[in-house]
Amino acid sequence: MDCNQSDYLLEMVGIKKEFAGVKALEDVNLRVKWGEVHALVGENGAGKSTLMKILSGMYPVGQYEGRILIRGTEQSFHSLKDSEKTGMAIIFQELTLVKQMTVSENIFLGNEIARRGIVDWNSTYEFTKKALGEVRLDLNPSTKVKNLGIGQQQLVEIAKAISKNAEILILDEPTAALTETESANLLQIVLELKNKGVTCIYISHKLNEVLQIADTITVLRDGRTIATEPAGNMSENKIISLMVGRELTQRFPRQEHVPGPVMLKVKDLTVYDPDIPDKVALKGISFEARKGEILGVAGLMGAGRTELATSIFGTYGRGISGEIFLDGRKLKPGTPREAIKSGLGYVSEDRKNNGLVLTMDIKNNVMLASYESATKLKVINQNEVIRHSNHFVSSLRIKTPSLEQRVQNLSGGNQQKVVLSKWLMTNPKVLIMDEPTRGIDVGAKYEIYNIMNDLVKQGVSIIMISSELPEILGMSDRIVVMHGGRIVAEMAASEATQEKIMSYATGGVKRG
Amino acid sequence: MDKGKETGAQRENGRNTAGDPFLTAVLQSLRANMREYTMVILLVGIWLVFTYLTNGMFIEPRNLSNLFLQSVSVAVLAVGMVLVIVAGHIDLSVGSLVGLMGAIAAYLQVNLNMGTVPVIIITLLAGILVGIWQGYWIAYRGVSAFIVTLAGMMVFRGMVIKVTGGATISPMNHSFKEIGQGYLPKLISTAPINDSSALLGLVVIGLYVFWQIRLRKSRVKYGFEVPDKKLFVLRLAATSLVIAFVFGIMTDYMGIPYAVLILMALTVLFNFMAEKTVFGRHIYAIGGNKEAARFSGINIRRTTMILFIIMGALTAVSGIIFTARLNAAGASAGNLFELDAIAAAIIGGASTMGGEGSVYGAIIGALVMASIDNGLSLMNADASLQYMAKGLILLFAVWVDIASRKRAT
Ligand SMILES: Nc1ncnc2c1ncn2[C@@H]1O[C@H](COP(=O)(O)OP(=O)(O)OP(=O)(O)O)[C@@H](O)[C@H]1O
Ligand SMILES: [Mg+2]
Repeated sequence: MDCNQSDYLLEMVGIKKEFAGVKALEDVNLRVKWGEVHALVGENGAGKSTLMKILSGMYPVGQYEGRILIRGTEQSFHSLKDSEKTGMAIIFQELTLVKQMTVSENIFLGNEIARRGIVDWNSTYEFTKKALGEVRLDLNPSTKVKNLGIGQQQLVEIAKAISKNAEILILDEPTAALTETESANLLQIVLELKNKGVTCIYISHKLNEVLQIADTITVLRDGRTIATEPAGNMSENKIISLMVGRELTQRFPRQEHVPGPVMLKVKDLTVYDPDIPDKVALKGISFEARKGEILGVAGLMGAGRTELATSIFGTYGRGISGEIFLDGRKLKPGTPREAIKSGLGYVSEDRKNNGLVLTMDIKNNVMLASYESATKLKVINQNEVIRHSNHFVSSLRIKTPSLEQRVQNLSGGNQQKVVLSKWLMTNPKVLIMDEPTRGIDVGAKYEIYNIMNDLVKQGVSIIMISSELPEILGMSDRIVVMHGGRIVAEMAASEATQEKIMSYATGGVKRG
Repeated sequence: MDKGKETGAQRENGRNTAGDPFLTAVLQSLRANMREYTMVILLVGIWLVFTYLTNGMFIEPRNLSNLFLQSVSVAVLAVGMVLVIVAGHIDLSVGSLVGLMGAIAAYLQVNLNMGTVPVIIITLLAGILVGIWQGYWIAYRGVSAFIVTLAGMMVFRGMVIKVTGGATISPMNHSFKEIGQGYLPKLISTAPINDSSALLGLVVIGLYVFWQIRLRKSRVKYGFEVPDKKLFVLRLAATSLVIAFVFGIMTDYMGIPYAVLILMALTVLFNFMAEKTVFGRHIYAIGGNKEAARFSGINIRRTTMILFIIMGALTAVSGIIFTARLNAAGASAGNLFELDAIAAAIIGGASTMGGEGSVYGAIIGALVMASIDNGLSLMNADASLQYMAKGLILLFAVWVDIASRKRAT
């Protein structure tokens, strides 16, 4: 290398990585300058997360080929601890907080403030408050993490990284689970950190964010570096074409749907929080979803959208009153099995905890909710299982070496596609999709929208919960907005605008 | 869209690294099933060591045949235990239950003069009843299996002592004893070897090969990719050889014991249940991720209940075989069997976290445990050594498993 080494804080050269016969990285080069925000983009399965796991020592030296240089010196990390010593902190795509422990315990996990082995809780609380303040999270440090939403957990992860005084911060899809406001908040925090001299590697499928904060952008495709360019030379379309290797002219394949009869009718649904007595989670909710339409559900985090979905589905809530009718049949609350049988599907926002059995392979996850359809006399016909799974692997373009691959080993976006397959497999009449495109690349998103259109054409009623307003506006036929456990507005997509939805979602306008 | 073609292209992602494609295919399939093979290698290793230490006595058909017979009681338990562990539970009561079931059988036959068939039926019903009891507390009352079966372990041991009055109950009828001591009779009484066992071995191999070929054909008919033909034949040959070896040993000695036959049938049945039935897949899903199972509409309670009922029935089978082999039931029968069964399942690759494990693995694990017992007693080592060896092997086996799994990723 004849370039001046001190230009780069961090270099990864000729990285190759193979998993049991699958080449995840073939030849990746990544050079990050001092103090910049360096974005890493690429399709699902391109190898972004794998590259970062190598960089952070999660995959120790010897498990990959190639060299890592930090501040010009070659590194050989054997563990995360090793990379932390060089001032690196990584926030993985799949959150790694201990659910049963409190926020402050998590933030200082492995770095406990202690004197002679005895934890100093007062300082711990104080520093926690400070770290939480930096990510603008107003939380009691002794809240258990399991009581936080995914978005809040993400911010706690960042607070954890900040508390380590990291000089190199790696963020793997930090905003995938965040609402627009929270994302904006997070981007602001990243920029503030940059001003303090922190170098940041930022992975995201949200290209507008990438263009907004990145100084340099590196594009990966199929385990190779395709391009590294200053952000100024890039545009969304250029990034997309580099990522997928073809042009993608349209982002939302909107189609005119003809709504049919009511498929799901919710009448005056009131639900109490299962953990906190007397706390009302949903209040007096009434709405209808029709055959052959997409109903968008907008709202901020904590507005009760997921609670609404899971209450209908039967996995959430206490003291439920009100009525739910699916295709004219009354649903008994608290029985997901009955709900599925009557034709309801729920694509969960939390794929790792509620969607997938990570230790099982693709085909068994696809079949999880509908083994019966491949079964004769309680015995599973493996050929049918393979046929169905193959169908989804190709129609959703799930990137995998085989159907026997454990979903644990799939990239985040491909895991999401497996969850989707599971529900498509049940042939639902009403499909509730909770953040269906979270963590999915632009190309695959487009495919999922097309699938939604196909489903609607086949007469499925889709309820789409999304924090991405462009998605809500781009795909819904009708939109309801939630705030504080209530539906505060309902409008036709043609009347909706980003501003209008936001003002309802923030509780600015009362229902007229 | 041409689906077949697409997946074919994706398959190619797993490209081979140069060289003879057949050899790489063999290596790849070996690597993919690394975990299963590690345990087989461990078993073979233990056999070789004991063969050396006992000057070949260990490997004689008479001894191996006995070893298989001795392993049956624990292996029957392990077959169910592995599923219990896969579901994320544990069953500590099986040892006491083997004792209790044996005591019930002996009491009915010796004290009440019942015939063998009604004794078996009543004992099985008792096992199922116990399964319902424990399953109810675990599945419907939400008490953890650890606690429920720990309680069961004590309660049932107490019952054993009550039923046996602290003494041994014996002897059993001839027909009952046969279950644990008898061998498949010869077809022609003058035949030089146990012809029926040899014949059965051939039939089993024939069925296995037939089944595999049929499976492959149906895959092809569906238009799926199937492994290379040479690889397929190689696998068929290897498995047939193992079956032939096992049957050969027993044929060479006195034929196949009924107890081993029962175990073989249960193994095939349970493996089928685990892999090919909805119930089995639901067990894996519940153990792998209970929430995801709930969100997929799986009836967790009912599945758990059935699982423990099945485990209860297996303790009855194990208790019957054990009592039949010893021709007696005693107050301490089945002591510590639960630990052997758990160890067998874990050595066979079951994860203590749930979600992972296989029935065949558990059988290998049970054989590992039985081999250590058998080999050490052949060497006249005392009980203290047996315990220590078993403990260390368990530790070592699980470590090998973890280490090999790490390398695979
Ligand atoms: N532990 C593993 N075992 C086998 N294959 C793996 C493993 N981890 C990742 N892979 C494979 O390596 C490839 C790259 O995965 P990676 O997670 O790095 O993708 P990514 O670019 O982060 O995608 P996404 O945007 O979906 O998160 C994928 O094809 C994935 O299936
Ligand atoms: Mg990733």
